[in-house]
This record gives sequence, C-alpha cells and structure tokens, in this order.
Amino acid sequence: MPRWILAIAALGALFIVLPIAGMTGRVDWAHFGSLVTSPSAVTALLLSLRTAAASTVLCLVLGVPMALVLARSRFPGQRLVRAAVLLPLVLPPVVGGIALLSTFGRRGLLGQSFEVLGLQIAFSTTAVVLAQTFVALPFLVLSVESTLRASGARYEAVAATLGATPSVVFWRVTLPLVLPGLVSGAVLAFARALGEFGATLTFAGSLEGVTRTLPLEIYLQRETDPDAAVALALVLVAVAVVVMVATHRPRVLS
Amino acid sequence: MKPGRRPAAAVVLVLATGLTAGCAGQAGSGPPSAAGAPSAFSGTLTVFAAASLTGTFTALADRFEVAHPGVTVTLNFAGSADLVTQITEGAPADVFAAADTKNMARLADAGLVTGKPAVFATNTLEIAVPPGNPAQIGSFADLARPGVAVVTCAPQVPCGAAAAKIEEATGVSLTPVSEENAVTDVLGKVSSREADAGLVYVTDVAAAGDSVQGIPFPESDRAVNSYPIGVVAGSAQAALGASFARFVTGAAGRKILAAAGFGAP
Repeated sequence: MPRWILAIAALGALFIVLPIAGMTGRVDWAHFGSLVTSPSAVTALLLSLRTAAASTVLCLVLGVPMALVLARSRFPGQRLVRAAVLLPLVLPPVVGGIALLSTFGRRGLLGQSFEVLGLQIAFSTTAVVLAQTFVALPFLVLSVESTLRASGARYEAVAATLGATPSVVFWRVTLPLVLPGLVSGAVLAFARALGEFGATLTFAGSLEGVTRTLPLEIYLQRETDPDAAVALALVLVAVAVVVMVATHRPRVLS
Repeated sequence: MKPGRRPAAAVVLVLATGLTAGCAGQAGSGPPSAAGAPSAFSGTLTVFAAASLTGTFTALADRFEVAHPGVTVTLNFAGSADLVTQITEGAPADVFAAADTKNMARLADAGLVTGKPAVFATNTLEIAVPPGNPAQIGSFADLARPGVAVVTCAPQVPCGAAAAKIEEATGVSLTPVSEENAVTDVLGKVSSREADAGLVYVTDVAAAGDSVQGIPFPESDRAVNSYPIGVVAGSAQAALGASFARFVTGAAGRKILAAAGFGAP
C-alpha cells in the first residue's frame, strides 16, 4: 500500500476520533458519577435502550423479507422501490418526523383511523419506536441484501431440488447463510435507533419517561447544565462503542 | 476608508478592523471623521438575539442600517441559552439580546458583558389552540382537564420556567403530553393539531397568524419575562453596539416591539 494512502487514512481516522477525544476532555470527572446517575438521565437511558431494542426487532421482522424480495426477485420498478426504501438514509431526520406526523399523527392519514379505534400514537413511546424504525430500517435492508447477493442462490436452489418447501428453504438455508449480514445490519440499526433525535423530537415530542430518549435529554440538559450534557453524551458514545465492538466481529462464514 | 457596500466587503472590513484593534490593543471603533454625525459608524455589527425576537430584530436592523449608511447588521437567532454557549465558546458577537435575565446573567458571570444590560421589553404567556379551539379551552384551569393534550416548554427553558411559575401561583398543575425544548416546537405541535393547546408567548401567537388561535388568561401576569440587551465584552464595535442597544431601547425600538405584542419594560 502506498504511504500516501496510509497518511490520508490516518487523517480521516483522526477527523473522527479527535472530536470525541475533545469532548472527553470537557467531561467534569469529579461529578461524572452523579451527573450520569441522576433520575432523569437513568430514565432517558433506559427508555433509549428499550425503544432501540424494540425498533431493532421491528427492523428484523420487516427488513429481512424486504431484503429477500429486493435480492432474489425481479419485478418492474425494482430500482425505484429500492431507492424509496433507502430514502430515510438520505433524508434529514426532521423531514422523516414531518412525514410520520402526517401519517400517524392525530390528523394524519392513518392516525385518524387509529384514533377511532382508541389508539393514540402521538406523544407515546410507540411514536418513538416508529421514528427509530423509520430511520434504522434501511441499514438492515442494505446489509442483508448485500449479504444475500454475495452468497448467491445456489444452496437455495439445491435445497429446493431436494424437495424443501420455500419456507423450509428460508428458515434452514437462507437465514443461516445471511446470519453475519443479519447481525451486522441489526447492530447498525440498533445504533442508528439509539442515536435518533430529529424525527423523534418532531413526531413524538419530549416527555420524561415516555418520549425523552437520551439524545433528547442531552439536547435539553445543554440548556441549563452543559456539564450534564457532556457527561451523558459520553455515556451514549460508550454504549455505542460497546454495542459495535461486542457484535461487529469479522465475519466467519462456514 | 470607503465603507463596504457589499456584505463580503463589509466582512473583510470588520476582520481588518478586528485585527488592527487586536494589534493596537484598543477596543472601540475610532471613526476616522469624528464629526459626531450619526453616520460616523461603519462596518458590520453582529447581533445575537433570542429566537422570539426574529421578526422584530430583523425590522429593527433594517431601520438601523437606513439610519447609519455604511453599517451592516448581521443577525444570529437561536435559543438564549444556545447563544450564551456560542458566545462563551468564542463566536464573534457584538450585541446580545436575551429572552430572560437569567441567560444574560450567565454571560455576565463569564465576564463577557460590558456595562449594565438594559431591559427593553417584556413578554407573557398565552394559550395557543388550533383554529376552532377543538378542545373548547377557555381558561388556564381548562388546560388541566383530563383528556386535553397540552404541550409546554420544558422547565429548563425560559418559556417552561414561566409556565411552572404560573402553575405554582395558581395551584393548577398541568400534565403535559410533551415538554419541548423551544417555544417554536410547542407552536408546531399546536398548529399541526397534534396538541389541543400549548403555552407560548403572546408574541408567538401574534406572529403565527391564522395557524393558531390565542387565548389570553389573567394569571399570565404571574410570570413576566424581561428581555435585556447588552454589548459583548471585547467587541471591536463596542460604540456601534451601544448605539444599536440605545436604538432598541429607544422610541423606534419601542414602536416595533409593541406592534409585535411585546410589553414595555
């Protein structure tokens, strides 16, 4: 590898690591413990972990079939559909929030029908999960789809010729085959859900214990207690690092 | 020196002024022609103002520029707390106008305010409801009715602190469905009809036009927010900044502020 590539790569890494290090330098270590264990901080962290876990499950349930359809079938308008599905990746989250509001809000497309059924999504934890799923889903679809394409359809074809039904092929062949992509996609989706801010604030609001996730708590603490905001930001970084390191291992394909 | 007509030229000019001021170790802009005329000033004045002042300060800056040819006023609007953070982190501001005295005090505590800030306006809360008032809100106590989706600001921000003060004074305790970071977020939840009612400033209701309906309530006088304006310490445009502050607190400022719904100090 040419040296200049190493130099640029190092510069890029520094660009990401330096701001995190800079933030760590701002942490008020003497009060760190009390800042991150305040009742509002703990409530926000637990809410974040709960909602991000729920969103990840939702992403898996919806995303794997989406990835399969995109990777294994041919239909007119497929490229358009893929572009639409990946749209939340490039949309500013606040735009996602407005879109969700106009669909699931009290006056929204579906929200009005839900209201009749006695279900209110606005200002609820469900709204947080919906916002997180909206922005995290493309990460899972993209990851699983690329794994599916890389692994090819040979094993699935062989299983089918041996008499396995399509469902058996899915559970016994396809799913184990894409497990590495599934895991890394789920991790990415979880991390993205954990960091969700704009769509949540726009669509779900901000109330302690109900909709105020850790990013929203950090944003609010910044107003009055910048030290608490920095301490909580570090907690979020730590959680993200732990999740990535623990599950994002190099792929082992059998 | 020829006063810059274009903003870019003005920026260069102010940078140059800042540099010379830094080298010579002198604050203030000594006008080359000390004729004492109102147009003796030149360059760019950077004003950091609370988000609730967006409409009024834009109008005031235009008037000020007309009164002082050669002066360009650059405005930066955000939440008062955000602006204090920006200035303490080194953002180049000449004048700071806050939505409450607490945030001005924070900047003064950091040693970044010259002289004593002057209060130029007051603001009180008002109930905002979607057009047609679907939840039939008529009083502050109505906000505590079960089933009414009320949105307020979080107690950490000025509009939320004011709401908490009124709750305390009246004994009516609200259970909001959301506590937002900014008054504009509260307004958004009301105008989109997600919330049945929200607590915002009188001036926000006036600025929102037809998208919300305002319901004044007598208890609002229990929490009056004062808006102070001050010159930022170390400003290279201290004299011009002081002149702008006088303009805001003076008759011209009063007229524009009153038209927007702000109370007299």
